[in-house]
Amino acid sequence: MKAVCYYGKADVRVENVADPEILNPRDAIVRVTATAICGSDLHIYGGYIPTMQKGDVLGHEFMGEVVDVGRGNTRLKIGDRVVVPFTIACGHCFYCKEQLWALCDNSNPNAWMAEKLYGYSASGLFGYSHMYGGYPGGQAEYARVPFADVGPLRVPDSLSDEQVLFLSDIFPTGYMAAENCQIKPGDTVAVWGCGPVGQFAIQSAFLLGAERVIAIDRYPERLSLAASFSKAEVLDYSHVDVPDALREMTGGQGPDGCIDAVGLESHGTTLDAWYDRAKTSMYLATDRPHALRQAIGACRKGGTVSIPGVYGGWLDKFPLGAAFAKGLTLKMGQTHMHRYMPRLLQHIERGDIDPSFIITHRVALEDAPEMYETFRAKQDACVKVVMKPGAAARPAAAH
Amino acid sequence: MQAQAPELDTFHDTQLEIERWAGFAMATAMVVFGLSRRSVPGVVLAAAAAPLAYRSLTGEWPGLANGLARADTRVALAGSRGIHVREAIRLERPRHEVYAFWRRLENLPRFMEHLQSVTDLGGGRSHWVATGPRTAVEWDAEIVNEVEDEVIGWKSVPGSDIATAGSVRFSTARQGRNTQMSVHLQYAAPGGGVGRLLALLLGRDPAHMIREDLRRFKQLLEAGEIPCATRGVDA
Repeated sequence: MKAVCYYGKADVRVENVADPEILNPRDAIVRVTATAICGSDLHIYGGYIPTMQKGDVLGHEFMGEVVDVGRGNTRLKIGDRVVVPFTIACGHCFYCKEQLWALCDNSNPNAWMAEKLYGYSASGLFGYSHMYGGYPGGQAEYARVPFADVGPLRVPDSLSDEQVLFLSDIFPTGYMAAENCQIKPGDTVAVWGCGPVGQFAIQSAFLLGAERVIAIDRYPERLSLAASFSKAEVLDYSHVDVPDALREMTGGQGPDGCIDAVGLESHGTTLDAWYDRAKTSMYLATDRPHALRQAIGACRKGGTVSIPGVYGGWLDKFPLGAAFAKGLTLKMGQTHMHRYMPRLLQHIERGDIDPSFIITHRVALEDAPEMYETFRAKQDACVKVVMKPGAAARPAAAH
Repeated sequence: MQAQAPELDTFHDTQLEIERWAGFAMATAMVVFGLSRRSVPGVVLAAAAAPLAYRSLTGEWPGLANGLARADTRVALAGSRGIHVREAIRLERPRHEVYAFWRRLENLPRFMEHLQSVTDLGGGRSHWVATGPRTAVEWDAEIVNEVEDEVIGWKSVPGSDIATAGSVRFSTARQGRNTQMSVHLQYAAPGGGVGRLLALLLGRDPAHMIREDLRRFKQLLEAGEIPCATRGVDA
């Protein structure tokens, strides 16, 4: 089958690899009908994620049709149309029972690697390095789904692939980011980063009762999407002083909740952002937490900073003093996917939200190398790329 | 987790000396290899050699690295008494079920990677076959202590290839919802202390092996299967 494979920093290729097969009783094999490139795939593409190996199949946002099931899987049937959560969870360990699915004890075969770095290992992930299990990803024609009797969500035929695909990661991720802000009626939430997760965080904050959402980015197309589609007030950080603007817009109090939907590759125009760039370029620091510093600084006293953006290492100049002085709550982590997928499917079915609004590029699997670069460079107003395995590649002249 | 207090004899001192030199050689190799890769993982590898180099020069791990390199407190040599490994794990299953699965010794090779087979010979005796450094290692063992749902203790019978003893204690946690297992294994490895050092350098740290075995045990009992990313061993 064809699959998008990692070969190094800024080097992904579409290769022919072996078809996946059932390896464990609870497995299923899915024929992928739609798969997306995630902002967190760009951290891999940028060389920020350790324990990637040449030839690893990428991708953790995918859906499709069940074509094979293991003998221990009594829940799925061949022919079922499913969306697959990007976190892999066994459903029976302490963490799964506590609904902390992204922290599953039993789904990472390489847990010892993550334990060396973090003390304990979170769940396995599709296509996201060997430290997270080394599972081949879903940017491929077929994918093997472990513990498929608890993960995949069956979706009704009345909804298109594009409407439900983002239940695989970014919609639940944006939703949990908003839920983590513990929004009360009348609250104001600020969101750093208007990429796909930021957009879903904005819409989810409104769904959860926020009165105002202020969105921060520098790309005009993302800001206008946040303003027109997600109904947020927007700030372009390349033109305004964000902390000053937030203070003024909230009557000197600060936002009640602050969401960092940027993560470890934050850009900025202030001194600390350049300091991060210099240190990471010399391998003296692992992450660039500019947006997170700003969120902690801007948040009102007693407020919550929610972090759906991915961080990997040891942060430099982390303003814990400010967080302590203001009595902030910090909530973070990978999304507990299985907890949110059914209720968010209901929101889509009811028409509360149509997640397909963020798609800007619809391409074939073969277009992946070019699309990774387009998405990384934010060229061509790229916000979200959806690939359809089996579709014809775009002719080169089209660009 | 308590480390066994080592007997400070001449053998042990020599052992430490060998470990320190091997550590230094390894650190040097990591720096040279890491930097020659001219890649991010390479640089990380080279940087990772620092605590090892520090340990080889001073005989102890740097204070900062204690959180990362705790393995040493888990593995303690007790002079000529062999290798001790202590590990504990908690499972989301009832105590009786966990005990019963373990007590059926034939189950052990399903999750203990280096065991080929265990055969129950009756009368508390069993025959064990494990993968050794070159050939299979075999021994007979007898259960010397058994309290249902609480403890199983065994030791190898005289005249075996390997001298080994072990015990597993089962207790409850979280108001009885969880089972906590504490495993204590003791054995004189083929090759003695040098064998252990070589095993460490080849990545076969006994504490790591047992920890991974127990992890697979937990996966088997909780999830019903042992997760894998691909056919064969993934790394």
